[in-house]
Amino acid sequence: MKNLSLGDLIRRPESGAFLGLAFVLIFFVVFGSVEFLKPAGAASWLNVAANLGIIAFPVGLLMISGELDISIGAMIPAGALTVAIITGTYDMPIWVGILGALSLGLVVGLINGFLVIRTAVPSLIVTLGTLFAVQGLILGFSVLWTGTTSVALSPAESGVIAKSIFGSFVGGSFQVTIFWWIALTALYIFYVHFSPFGNWIFAMGGDRVSARNAGIPTDKLTVTLFVLSSVSAAFVGMCQAILFNVAQVSAGMTFIFNSIIAVVVGGVLLTGGFGSIVGIFLGTITFAIVNQGIYFTTFDRNWSSLIIGVMLLLAVLMNNTFRIMALTYSPKKK
Amino acid sequence: MSTPILELRNVNKSFGPIDVLNDISLKVDAGEVLCLLGDNGAGKSTLIKTLAGVYKPTTGEVLMDGKPVDFHGPRDAQQMGISTVHQFGGTFPLMSIGRSFFIGAEPTKGFWPFKIYDRRKANEIAVKAVQEFGITRIDDGDRLIGGLSGGERQSLAIARAVHFGARVLILDEPTAALGVKQASHVLRIVLEAKKRGIAVIFITHQVTHAMAVGDHFAVLIRGAVAANFRKGEKTREEITDLMAGGEALANLGAEVESYMAAHEGHPPPVTPN
Repeated sequence: MKNLSLGDLIRRPESGAFLGLAFVLIFFVVFGSVEFLKPAGAASWLNVAANLGIIAFPVGLLMISGELDISIGAMIPAGALTVAIITGTYDMPIWVGILGALSLGLVVGLINGFLVIRTAVPSLIVTLGTLFAVQGLILGFSVLWTGTTSVALSPAESGVIAKSIFGSFVGGSFQVTIFWWIALTALYIFYVHFSPFGNWIFAMGGDRVSARNAGIPTDKLTVTLFVLSSVSAAFVGMCQAILFNVAQVSAGMTFIFNSIIAVVVGGVLLTGGFGSIVGIFLGTITFAIVNQGIYFTTFDRNWSSLIIGVMLLLAVLMNNTFRIMALTYSPKKK
Repeated sequence: MSTPILELRNVNKSFGPIDVLNDISLKVDAGEVLCLLGDNGAGKSTLIKTLAGVYKPTTGEVLMDGKPVDFHGPRDAQQMGISTVHQFGGTFPLMSIGRSFFIGAEPTKGFWPFKIYDRRKANEIAVKAVQEFGITRIDDGDRLIGGLSGGERQSLAIARAVHFGARVLILDEPTAALGVKQASHVLRIVLEAKKRGIAVIFITHQVTHAMAVGDHFAVLIRGAVAANFRKGEKTREEITDLMAGGEALANLGAEVESYMAAHEGHPPPVTPN
């Protein structure tokens, strides 16, 4: 193992995300207060980060492999409504509801994946289509079956076990999804950076034809990633429904842009082939801090979009620079 | 002469009503470089893809070691030892040398589901394989492919193919995008591969490069083999004229001059064909 130098660190995909995070931390400590680093304050942005982060990982992996999935915006409320309708309205066991929500994610993911590999239509357009289709579907069915677009799911219907695993507050204000997020981070880091599987995703994003010629099952992998992102979105929606005891049709659209911002700030290249899980993790936290940190300052909260926009541009420029440094790097003559 | 490793016998390929390859018969022996020359659109790409298992011949057969083979896709051909290296090396600019070398065949340690990609081993083998081909500038398997020169990328791709047991190496315009010095590196590696007993099919339209390494030449014109000859049988000018479609190039100068004489010094109009 060779020694890590500053140069080695800066060439990693997540270095931009790390500097971005440091920057927003300093920014909000200076202009706000250190309050937001204390448990009560940290909960506010950790909750945002956890829900976003669970979705940002598969969205980021898709981006690394050269695809986009924006149908997650409809899959979050779809997951929430499925569990609420099955268990809240039709009184079936909560586990049936959970299974239903995740199965819906599986089906939509399969549809996205197969449409992308079987047709030459870009995944942005395919998932734009399924985004609206799924949204219409859940809106239609929830009005048809429950007469409302806001379906209740009482704590009694969820049951103590499901409630505590998927939708409770730990220590007063920390959503239990934070733990899911952290566990998933470890899992993703292992499979993306330490197993051959991750290598294939990067290769696919770098050059799909060469990857297929090298024997990588690119079609299977693409479908798997689409399923992963749809199921993750349905999972987050389901957790929110169990947590807040209600599922709403409207929730979820903001996640589309937010997840893309988190992933890009995290150093993933929009055109594929470059990025890291740690980067996405840091990008997600950075986004969540900017999103919530504004409440700890004296600024009006409307300014937070400005900060996010500027941060996104800075992050992309910085990531570009670091990537060029990584590309032109060659070891010095010894 | 021994049985050729790879042989095409009366191969035709058509896409619908369009005939692309016309009765092609070619063979290549172990430790021999076959140069496929041809202008753009002569059917070189289709021929390579037929050899590499991407396309199936409409009629005719492909033989390997004297036995007819039927490839179901490029993986099939690859498993039988036919490797194709494309113009841009078929590598991944943002991946490390070690990772891209072993793509699809990563060395691992540990056991399922905790198999770990063995980075150190991959880097070591990759760097060693490239250095054996004389590219000593590559000594760090963690470097990104995008940081290598075009020639080094080609060399890496060739070393990779040889490492994974290629017996027939198809090089698709490996020198087309390279400078003079880089191209000579690649040519040297072609000779090195040949020395190891690998059959090389070298596709190019640069006659100089072909003459430098080729043992055996085939010129393609409109999907048919217009000439098939061995080293030293034809001069450079003859080959160039053949590629341009017979005598056309040689007569071009005289034609232009006579036109100008007849039209008060105006050059002939260029007619798109």
